[in-house]
Amino acid sequence: MDTAILLALAIGGAFGVALDRVGATNPNLIVGMLSLRGLHLMKTILFAIGVGSVLMFGGQMLGLVEVGHMSVKAAYSGVFIGGLLLGAGWAATGYCPGTGLAAAASGRRDAVFFALGGLLGAAAYMLSYSWVKTTGALEEIAGGKATLGAVPGAGYPALVPGAPGDMIGLALGAAFILIAFALPDRLRRSDVAVPAE
Amino acid sequence: MVLPKGVLDWRLGGLLLGLVFFLAVLLVKPIGVSTQFVILDGLLWGAVDSTVVTESVDAKSGYASSNAYLDKSGGKYAASVANPLNYSFVFVLALMAGAGLSSWLRAPLGTAERTAPAIWRANFGDSPWGRYTAAFAAGFVVLYGARLAGGCTSGHMMSGMMQTAVSGYIFAAGAFASAITTALILYQREA
Repeated sequence: MDTAILLALAIGGAFGVALDRVGATNPNLIVGMLSLRGLHLMKTILFAIGVGSVLMFGGQMLGLVEVGHMSVKAAYSGVFIGGLLLGAGWAATGYCPGTGLAAAASGRRDAVFFALGGLLGAAAYMLSYSWVKTTGALEEIAGGKATLGAVPGAGYPALVPGAPGDMIGLALGAAFILIAFALPDRLRRSDVAVPAE
Repeated sequence: MVLPKGVLDWRLGGLLLGLVFFLAVLLVKPIGVSTQFVILDGLLWGAVDSTVVTESVDAKSGYASSNAYLDKSGGKYAASVANPLNYSFVFVLALMAGAGLSSWLRAPLGTAERTAPAIWRANFGDSPWGRYTAAFAAGFVVLYGARLAGGCTSGHMMSGMMQTAVSGYIFAAGAFASAITTALILYQREA
């Protein structure tokens, strides 16, 4: 077995364990976050993005993390439209592609149906791709594969040319961590009346 | 809010999840999942029609496809379909194994929860097929959207925002705007 497969097993396995242990495979917690009743997962996600960002950009600045491992996706209007579609289905069921598969593996039968619907949805995109391309929704905007600032050595265009991308990454990472701490546990009051003492 | 058995406090959980996203980019590349739905579709398609993916000396990846999406970017996806034992596909299989094992060790689900989550039952009743139909339809919309966007919650939102990718912020804006609106409309009752 080559190294790539071993890494896939180790990192993929760890990702699956992490998704289960933070509660991301549980639709009750996902819907709780999206209906603003319980922000446990919102705080978890913001904290995770912050930790990942600080470690990655901090490591790059110290020369410990290979900048070439970054992989920035292109921006085009379909990214926003696709986000709208994904968000609707995500909220309706409490599953996104990764957590849906993880939930199916945890014994949630409804998630198996989600995954089957997902296979059909992906197939529908494969068949409609040529048409989608003609609509212009895939034409790059905002610099295409751009980062907010210029990350040294990464070779991606910057949304704000000249801005130090690694410093911005570090600062935003710290900001995500602060927001995670500052967010309350819930933004809406419980609908269930608490009985009087 | 009372968390289900064995679910980590957000600080510990966020640290764990953040470390996994960091390790992925340190050792290999940023995490992503939704592309593998396309690869599995390609495998299934190839099983009934062997001409879908073919070797090609002209393609950058060495493989071409009669499907324009599998054929794009020099046949990148076509090559993954031809060789499914690659990093990204095995990653998703391992994700499922890890989540399944972790959840089984933590707290096996009850029968009702395995059919439909409590929040769904509180709002839409106990009918299994109502939930299954909704989950199937939502799966279709989610994966169509993810492929149109070029990534999902893992690839665009988590990995993207972590790298300060402009596309990650655009995706997150769209996904949260529609997800919060949808959740507020659909889920009037708490579980």
